[in-house]
Amino acid sequence: MTKFADATATRSIVVERVMHHTPEKVWRALTQGPLIEEWLMKNDFRPVVGHKFNFRAEPMPQWNGVVDCEVLIVEPNKRLSYSWNASGDEAANGLKTIVTWTLTPADGGTHIRMEQSGFRPEDERFFQGANYGWQKMVAGLERVTAGLE
Amino acid sequence: MPATPNAVLSSLADPTRRAIFERLCRDGELTVRALTDRAGVSQPAVSKHLRVLKLASLVRGRREGRETRYSARPQGLAPLIDWMARYGAFWRDRFDRLETLLRRMDQ
Repeated sequence: MTKFADATATRSIVVERVMHHTPEKVWRALTQGPLIEEWLMKNDFRPVVGHKFNFRAEPMPQWNGVVDCEVLIVEPNKRLSYSWNASGDEAANGLKTIVTWTLTPADGGTHIRMEQSGFRPEDERFFQGANYGWQKMVAGLERVTAGLE
Repeated sequence: MPATPNAVLSSLADPTRRAIFERLCRDGELTVRALTDRAGVSQPAVSKHLRVLKLASLVRGRREGRETRYSARPQGLAPLIDWMARYGAFWRDRFDRLETLLRRMDQ
């Protein structure tokens, strides 16, 4: 389920799902570099508060493919948080957000909650561009709106 | 008044409304009558859906004689572009991949 929450000046994206795996196993997938790479991006992550690292993807128009991060919270099997900021030329005016993972034991598995917070109104403009065709958006709407009230 | 992502999302969450919007995107300017012919609902219902789409800035109406001609405002989707294309969809996709990885991992 994807929610679009309003805060005062910034906004968050929340994605939540229950997966039928233990919190310990989910934690490994969230904190071991080679495992993170399998589902998220290339990285030099270490689960140490204060560790600065990058996520790296293929560069795209309007994005150099690099995310600057710093580990903020490490509570094994429970909570993980890191900053998620634009890098390089985009660092000054680009995204400055925080990604927080919260794991809660659920019936037969783990409730996984990801919140990316700190989007400012100007970030919407930042990513608006011709390369995000609206036709493609409409095609994806059904899937996304199916999870909304 | 700029529409919020929520207004845009909720107005497109209805399948009939989404179909009307997609038809206007595809076919250009149409009257309520032309839209009703293929919408599978009554003309007042189509008019009501158009009002919701107009409030979300997804559709605009233009008077021509006794009829109003409606057209899509695809730029009305702009508030969503960041949220959905960029991050909402991004994280949902990554959740899918995480789940696939967890299935492959040893306990």
